[in-house]
Amino acid sequence: MTDLTPDLMTILPELVLAVGAMALLMLGVFRKEDSFDLISTLSLILLAVAGGLVVFSTQTGETAFNGQFTNDTFARFMKALTIFGSAVTVMMSVTFMKRRQIQRFEYPVLVVLATLGMCMMISANDLVALYMGLELQSLALYVVAAFNRDSVRSSEAGLKYFVLGALSSGMLLYGASLIYGFTGATQFDAIAGVVANGSAGLGLLFGIVFVVAGLAFKVSAVPFHMWTPDVYEGAPTPVTAFFAAAPKVAAMAIFTRVLVEAFPGVTSDWQQIVVFIAIASMVLGAFAAIGQNNIKRLMAYSSIGHMGFALVGLAAGTAEGVRGVIIYMAIYMIMTLGTFACILAMRSKDEGQVEDISDLAGLARRDKLMALVLALLLFSLAGIPPLAGFFGKFFVFVAAIKEGLVALAVIGVLASVVGAYYYLRIIKIMYLDEPVQEFEQTPREIRLVITMSGVFVLAFVLFARPIITAAEAAAASLF
Amino acid sequence: MEVGLSHYLTVAAIIFSIGIFGIFLNRKNVIIILMSIELMLLAVNINLVAFSTHLGDLMGQVFALLVLTVAAGEAAIGLAILVAYHRNRGSIAVEDINMMKG
Repeated sequence: MTDLTPDLMTILPELVLAVGAMALLMLGVFRKEDSFDLISTLSLILLAVAGGLVVFSTQTGETAFNGQFTNDTFARFMKALTIFGSAVTVMMSVTFMKRRQIQRFEYPVLVVLATLGMCMMISANDLVALYMGLELQSLALYVVAAFNRDSVRSSEAGLKYFVLGALSSGMLLYGASLIYGFTGATQFDAIAGVVANGSAGLGLLFGIVFVVAGLAFKVSAVPFHMWTPDVYEGAPTPVTAFFAAAPKVAAMAIFTRVLVEAFPGVTSDWQQIVVFIAIASMVLGAFAAIGQNNIKRLMAYSSIGHMGFALVGLAAGTAEGVRGVIIYMAIYMIMTLGTFACILAMRSKDEGQVEDISDLAGLARRDKLMALVLALLLFSLAGIPPLAGFFGKFFVFVAAIKEGLVALAVIGVLASVVGAYYYLRIIKIMYLDEPVQEFEQTPREIRLVITMSGVFVLAFVLFARPIITAAEAAAASLF
Repeated sequence: MEVGLSHYLTVAAIIFSIGIFGIFLNRKNVIIILMSIELMLLAVNINLVAFSTHLGDLMGQVFALLVLTVAAGEAAIGLAILVAYHRNRGSIAVEDINMMKG
């Protein structure tokens, strides 16, 4: 009988989330009265504890369970980011869920379970562990997408997400089985050892293509983006905020880890695929968003475009490129959370929650702070210096140019110029058009998120140094 | 003729393709999509078990067992969402899933 304690200590944050989520589920079931508030608060505490354990963990670079699970600096950085994103979304959801009369306690528990899946996925060092984490995350996400079960739109969003999500996990799995068959290994470092000689056979290449397709679906990169606009529009807004933030970070992390850790020997093979999906995502994200009237749909295309930009860094395939990806995802997540906090604050006095861009008309005259922060966030999403979004793009483009991918970087810059148009259009509507709606008082916690994200994008230049250093250490741990 | 690895892989590839086509070409019923998803996962299992015996390595069989378990969970969640959808819309025909377009 081997001693399990060191392994369990390595997965302590995940263990806390798993046991905590099950305990909360029990608590929710056995309490007679409405326990949404209590379970939400306890979930926040649980996420905070897990986040603390990840950040202050003294173990780094250890593997557990015969190398299935790794706890390197990269995993810790991305897990801290993911847990933070989930916690902010749980906090932002409370008021919305109550107003919509869907304050069921399962919601925070499902978010915690999805976060657990994401953490398992980020730390996976083996195809089996990767699949397990991915499915735990996806199954929880299918349910939260359909969480407003009395709404046709929400259940349709859940159904679409489920069908396409299951298709993509099937493809990922088929790829994983081919990789296993042609290398005889499921662990990333063992696979890397087998394919080190620099040429991938046809079978292995097929495997890589299928795995990349499955992962591209999870980060909603073109050509596997079809689900994104519909699911973003149909799901309840806090759920959309969740989809846009934490799962994207986790999926991008595992995307990076699989390609960089398991297939460094065949970089030139997967580089072509990543370059293609990066270009397609950036271009589609820029052009398809132009005609949108629903702001959640617009954010869906915006996130497709942003995933394209992050993939530019991955296409470089170097430590610098991975550093760019990490910084990009950190900045993207905070900008997205801030923007969705503003969308959650769009609650008209007459019509309830509104989602059209035209409802923002004249916002600057009604609510100066929200209009200012939303304008800052949109400038930042467009990538205008000196705001945070500019630096995210800067690092990935520099890494791509250093690897000789100049055409990719040029297309990226052009796509971001096109994309700036629809962000600027919203700003124009907010500042120059006549007001049509009067918004209700924004809840305290949402106002807090709006303010904090505004401060982050504005002052990123001042405290960029520690973030960049941490991202550099995280990227170095993969090479 | 001896049945070897390539035969198993061919069968799995055919079943997998049937699954994918079942999802995209089917215009009738969402249940058929669920069945197609199951087909894809079964193709993967054939692959895994065939590779596992071919390589003399147990990991593939462990993976196949995990896939079976997850497939069951996935089907349960899919059916649950489908029931919720049917209650709202009164139909599970694929062409009726069109509230959001653009």
